[in-house]
Amino acid sequence: MQQFLNVTLTGIGQGAVYAAFALALVLIWRSTRIVNFAQGAMGMFTTYLALTLIEAGQSYWVGLVVALSSGLVLGAAVERLVIRRVEGGPELNAVIVTLGLFVALQALAAILFGSTFRSFPAPFDLRGFTVGGVNIALTPNSIYVIGAVLVVMLALVALFRFTDLGLKMRAAAFNQEVSRLLGVPVGRMLTLGWALAAVVGSLAGLLIAGGNLVFPAYMDAVIVYGFVAAVLGGLDSPGGAVVGGLTIGLLLSYVSGYLGSELVALAALAILVAVLLVRPQGLFARTAARRV
Amino acid sequence: MVQQTERPAARPAPPLTRRLRWRPRSTLARHGLAVLLALVAVVVVVETTSPFRNSQLATMSYYAIAAAGLTVLTGLNGQISLGHGALMAVGAYTTGLLLGPDGEGAPPLPLVMLAAAAVTALVGAVVGAAAARLHGPYLAGATLALAVAVPGLAIYFDHPLGGEQGLRIASPDVPDWFDAAIWFLFAHETPGAKYLAYLGWGTLLLVLLLLANLMAGRVGRVWRAVRDDEVAAELAGIRLGRVRVLAFVVSAACAGLAGAVLGVVVRLAAPSGFTIVLSLGLLTAVVVGGLGSLTGALLGSALLVFLPPAVTNLGIGAGLDGTQAAQLAPFVYGVVLVLVMLLAPSGAVGVLKTVWGRRRRSPR
Repeated sequence: MQQFLNVTLTGIGQGAVYAAFALALVLIWRSTRIVNFAQGAMGMFTTYLALTLIEAGQSYWVGLVVALSSGLVLGAAVERLVIRRVEGGPELNAVIVTLGLFVALQALAAILFGSTFRSFPAPFDLRGFTVGGVNIALTPNSIYVIGAVLVVMLALVALFRFTDLGLKMRAAAFNQEVSRLLGVPVGRMLTLGWALAAVVGSLAGLLIAGGNLVFPAYMDAVIVYGFVAAVLGGLDSPGGAVVGGLTIGLLLSYVSGYLGSELVALAALAILVAVLLVRPQGLFARTAARRV
Repeated sequence: MVQQTERPAARPAPPLTRRLRWRPRSTLARHGLAVLLALVAVVVVVETTSPFRNSQLATMSYYAIAAAGLTVLTGLNGQISLGHGALMAVGAYTTGLLLGPDGEGAPPLPLVMLAAAAVTALVGAVVGAAAARLHGPYLAGATLALAVAVPGLAIYFDHPLGGEQGLRIASPDVPDWFDAAIWFLFAHETPGAKYLAYLGWGTLLLVLLLLANLMAGRVGRVWRAVRDDEVAAELAGIRLGRVRVLAFVVSAACAGLAGAVLGVVVRLAAPSGFTIVLSLGLLTAVVVGGLGSLTGALLGSALLVFLPPAVTNLGIGAGLDGTQAAQLAPFVYGVVLVLVMLLAPSGAVGVLKTVWGRRRRSPR
């Protein structure tokens, strides 16, 4: 029973991060119909920037701010310089370009920061709370992780629901031609969309790193889990991404806790195939049918 | 396909095409001739180069086999796969299980390689059945998940598969008839490295011959039709699902064969050898060479083998340490992948064709 509780709590913590990562994928998918396979590498890169600052004596929070703002710049630059030229073209080209970015960024990080395992500090205690004399797997740090993801989600909802800018971004994503005729600077909105998604992705990278080891490939598996979560949620719906992320986090945590951690990636593959074959539109897509 | 070479009579044909007229009319004979010429070239190159180059050539052969399979799938049928590294793992592990660590009582090598191809083709049929319903980013994500998941499987079943350390594979002995033939031709014995290079390139040329014929015939035409316009293909009576699964099976069989060659060349099948980097490297090879072209797959895999040492040396010359310089090669892959997609999506072969076409059309 205690193990079940602990596995569940761990799953929720991980699920929150997968949800954030899936949200970043969904933001980009909605605006440009591209799955950004470089998302993980971008988050990894900004996390290394934060780690460099922290190891130089700065506080975690300085690192956080720097990571998120460099994520903003990186996302905007990637969209403006690279993605803009394959937008609307054959979908395979866009996929290959993001994969190229993924490989290049990962290698660049290894060149600049070294490929050894380095530990990333956690901003809060990593020891679990004690409830009724039993130590449970809920730590102050995991509460921070869940809280940070929640704050970002609420901020995004507020942006898209209640501001002019959010409305313009939604319009640009919904129908480029019509929005352009109505005076929405579509190009700028797409750049902004990528920048925001990269911020969320950077946050996910940073949250996963907290209290763990960091190496250039540490986000590889997260790309897959985030993608599975996003597809489970429908790839088109931010709410679905969050629910999908939590579900995947829980399921994978059970697999890891009861069957063995080597099978986690395989379980993710099984879930992905099952979702795509049984309910290809995802759990929360508004459109009735979707071409997968 | 023969009509392609016919030119309108209004304009005199340039002398070049006339010189090429002596080519055999049948596709099979033409491809067979090309493969024979290539075989001679391979023998000359393998016999005149150092053991180090020989082992590089052996490495290139298994990359090229897998890349040829991938270029057929992605270039001809429009299905992307980031999971070919995982399929190569299936082939390599099958080879390892059949040959064993010391090669005692193992079945003959060609049989083992066929078995590896067959097992991988079977896995490919399962993956392909799921993949046939997906397109673009969904397929990329699903096959990426495959590439990440398969190495874990080898660790989980560590009893037969050897866990993290992997499976040691016996290096095959040089067969007597082969040794005798080389002795007859060049009057020297065949060292292991040379034999492996011959083995790899022999397999590669066979695969290229089969694929080239497949591509030139009905099957290739149907694959292209499905890639270019699904609806039109379906209206023409083509069963999309079957065609896609067949493409995946053929491609997977190539990957399995590549894995088998990798197994005997490297003498090890370990999870660390089949990371996502391998799959993405194969993708780089076919994209840079030119999607859908077997020549492109060859060029691309040459890049995979001969670029890293060159780039690493440059990096060390520029003052990087060894581990950093080793990462320069993947960095270049990534940048080249992006640049090729932005500037010349048809790859090296596409660019060469355009240049060639312009030269032929320009008045002299």
